[in-house]
Amino acid sequence: MAQRLPVMLFALMMAAIPFVPGMPPFWIVLLDNIGLSALVAMGLVLLTGVGGLTSFGQAAFCGFGAYTTAVLTTAYGLSPWLTLPLSLIVSGVFAVALGLITARLSGHYLPLGTIAWGLGLFYLFSKLEFLGRNDGISAIPPLAIGSLKMISPDAIYFAIWAAVILCAVVTMNLLDSRTGRAIRALRRGHVAAEAFGIHPPRTKLLVFIYAAVLAGLSGWLYAHFQRAVNPTPFGAQAGIEYLFVAVVGGAGYVWGGVLGAAIVVVLKEVLQDYLPYLFHGEGQLETIVFGMLLVALLQLAPNGVWPWLMRWLPLKQTRKAIDPSLKLPPRRKPAAIDDSLLIIDHARKEFGGVVAINDVSFDVGAREIVALIGPNGAGKSTTFNLVTGVLPLSSGTISVMGQTLEHAKPQDITRLGVSRTFQHVKLVADMTVLENVALGAHLRGHAGAIKSMLRLDRGDEARLLAEAMRQIERVGLSAQADMLAGNLSLGQQRIVEIARALCADPSLLLLDEPAAGLRHMEKQQLAALLRNLRDSGMSVLLVEHDMGFVMGLANRVVVLDFGTRIAEGSPEAIKTNPDVIRAYLGATP
Amino acid sequence: MLFLLQDGITNGAIYALLGLALVLVFAVTRVILIPQGEFVTYGALTYATLASGQVPGTARLAVAMGVVAFVLDLVMRRRALRPALIVQSLLINVALPTAILALTLTLADRQTPIAIDIALSLLIVGTIGLYLYRIAFAPIAHTSVLVLLIAAVGCHLALQGIGLVFFGAEGQRGPPLSNAAFTIDPLRFTGQSIAVYVVTLALIIALWLLFSFTLYGKALRATAVNRLGARLVGIRTALSGQIAFLLAAVIGAISGILIVPITTLYYDTGFLIGLKGFVAAIIGGLVSYPLTAIAALLVGSVEAFSSFYASNFKEVIVFALIIPVLLLRSLAAPAVDEENE
Repeated sequence: MAQRLPVMLFALMMAAIPFVPGMPPFWIVLLDNIGLSALVAMGLVLLTGVGGLTSFGQAAFCGFGAYTTAVLTTAYGLSPWLTLPLSLIVSGVFAVALGLITARLSGHYLPLGTIAWGLGLFYLFSKLEFLGRNDGISAIPPLAIGSLKMISPDAIYFAIWAAVILCAVVTMNLLDSRTGRAIRALRRGHVAAEAFGIHPPRTKLLVFIYAAVLAGLSGWLYAHFQRAVNPTPFGAQAGIEYLFVAVVGGAGYVWGGVLGAAIVVVLKEVLQDYLPYLFHGEGQLETIVFGMLLVALLQLAPNGVWPWLMRWLPLKQTRKAIDPSLKLPPRRKPAAIDDSLLIIDHARKEFGGVVAINDVSFDVGAREIVALIGPNGAGKSTTFNLVTGVLPLSSGTISVMGQTLEHAKPQDITRLGVSRTFQHVKLVADMTVLENVALGAHLRGHAGAIKSMLRLDRGDEARLLAEAMRQIERVGLSAQADMLAGNLSLGQQRIVEIARALCADPSLLLLDEPAAGLRHMEKQQLAALLRNLRDSGMSVLLVEHDMGFVMGLANRVVVLDFGTRIAEGSPEAIKTNPDVIRAYLGATP
Repeated sequence: MLFLLQDGITNGAIYALLGLALVLVFAVTRVILIPQGEFVTYGALTYATLASGQVPGTARLAVAMGVVAFVLDLVMRRRALRPALIVQSLLINVALPTAILALTLTLADRQTPIAIDIALSLLIVGTIGLYLYRIAFAPIAHTSVLVLLIAAVGCHLALQGIGLVFFGAEGQRGPPLSNAAFTIDPLRFTGQSIAVYVVTLALIIALWLLFSFTLYGKALRATAVNRLGARLVGIRTALSGQIAFLLAAVIGAISGILIVPITTLYYDTGFLIGLKGFVAAIIGGLVSYPLTAIAALLVGSVEAFSSFYASNFKEVIVFALIIPVLLLRSLAAPAVDEENE
């Protein structure tokens, strides 16, 4: 990645700072504090900015890290290096417990839930006897390598900033990987993520743990930096402040966390130092000014200072060239029984008293394009949601590849070889087309989070991206591969969705109004593509309103009206079917 | 037991008011109004200061904020400055708070009936709420809930610090609305607690009427449901935001005035009271007014009982109430495909 050079330069610069002659020692202390805060903020960037899970409770995880090492080094005399993994594990384990309860909370409930346990844990720290109650624990031994004891702020400076830079690199690696794409897809709602085999609760828990472990690391460093811990820095106030740091810096950017930490720490310090001179020590003036500056800053740069800063720097993201010879092994496809990939038998769906799908039966055979048509509200999209496992059936059966689905999750159905597009396009707007399409191949990759962090996933990743590129070429969007998906026209976005669906290597493709918003030429290209796919052995079930498009393409047409199947047959037969004409035109018999 | 319940209901009524204001503001502007507590403190302490015959600093704050809002208006509309707009903005943002300040200055050292003190307090805090939205939130109204929340925290910090400057670190109490008291065995009712019930109930009904039957109320609801849609049919969403903040500030101030005769309020007490209103609002799901009101009564009662039986853990128990409720809600909620951008 081209990002490596600036990171190296930054690391060298940070390493050189303590050796600058005449550097005030106080500045080093400030930098230490910035580093500690940046570690937590980086976790929040991943959790909140990228994953969309707002947490006010990160300070509590710092507390777990700090108290673990404080207790073990003072009461049991363990070496700080030995307590490092333990601190991280304790933070991680608590994150699992709290994450299982709260990470599945949706929307605004999550941040509120985290406030609640942030307050509760602070209280716990200050009440427990073995944690020293409100006084905390003091006389924590310093970090030491051999005889070198890191007592002074400029000795532990290296430990802190090594940790910051290491974590930043690891976090960026994670974001730029199969798991990273899954995390970035979380914000876009779970239906699209699940349709490609991503397991949103598991992914949420993963980021939750990751952020907690970073906070735990910060806590561990803090304990050995201050050499004393007490509950105050781990309270709800601190939790809110970490969120500040992330948002001010730029919650969507790893380096935004570092920048935000620098801004907030320096700002507070400057205000505390200089305001009393200006205004003759009226109490709490620094909070007033701090609050006002915060509001002003958000108005100037609502997405944080980092992206605002980056606009002025001539740094361009370049993508590593893709090696088109790399191939993913094809998905193992279950042999279809009696040539029907999809059999819907008396499917019924009721919402309360409303019957949305009324005992509908039809099937989709191999190498066949079946169109599902009907007036608005006929139940076409509901049928799609039943087939893909988004909604459970009220009664009846649906079988895919000869397997009857009962309570199958969308991920399982994708695994069977059914992939889909959405009527309302569900792409991750701030990811490139290539990354969005690669999301479709999620189930065909294997590298996990840890491999990605350590960059051991490159082989897997290169194959995934090569496959994504191949599908983009197939649908004819190669020129747009590096554009952000949100910048494409709606018609192009629909095509990207098709490429993404193809990336899962499906046997059956479900397309929900693929031609909507396409121009005439684009429709013809799409029809050609679908015919091509059929001839190469794929089946397609599509919902569509454009009769010209459907009639020229489909082998068979199924007509729904008010949730009931009213006709099925070849396009020619459907065109002249009196029931269909009545449903569409409302002609009286 | 019964007196605990009574105590709880009195507190709960206040939390209900705050919870309603929070829901209102959130629904219309998507701002989680952390500074709600400051409106409570400002209302209460402005009232107490006025009652003791002094000029509260908040009256000057309103003028200062109005001037900032006016300047912002000019800067934002610099491309289409029409004299009518300037005059309108000048009237609302500068003339109004100046008039209130002048009124406060003339009335402060005279012995005025408490009704006038209350009216002045509401005017002062109401205008502060109005300008707060204009200054801090209107320019970033389109951003994410998270950014709005952080801005709200910033406002909270600034307003709380300003509160310390104006009112000092000592707590204050205000004169009660009524000194009447009567006993229905075994409970003793004071005029103040009756006032709390009556005002809360009246406000809830007033809000309900506002939202159900007036055009402005319907416009607010429309903004809450769909900002873009509301704008397309000609509702000025910025105006909706200002109205929501004005209402929230007035409701906060009323709550403050209702409790300042019962408990001593400090410059930072409002935050915790606001948080409890917040707990109620969360339990109500940030959307439902009746649920929020019921939840607030529950929060008040739980607080009263826990402060009696386990006073050390009072706050923890109240805040821990959220977790099971949140869990139930998220388990019961159907899998909606939400997009929190």
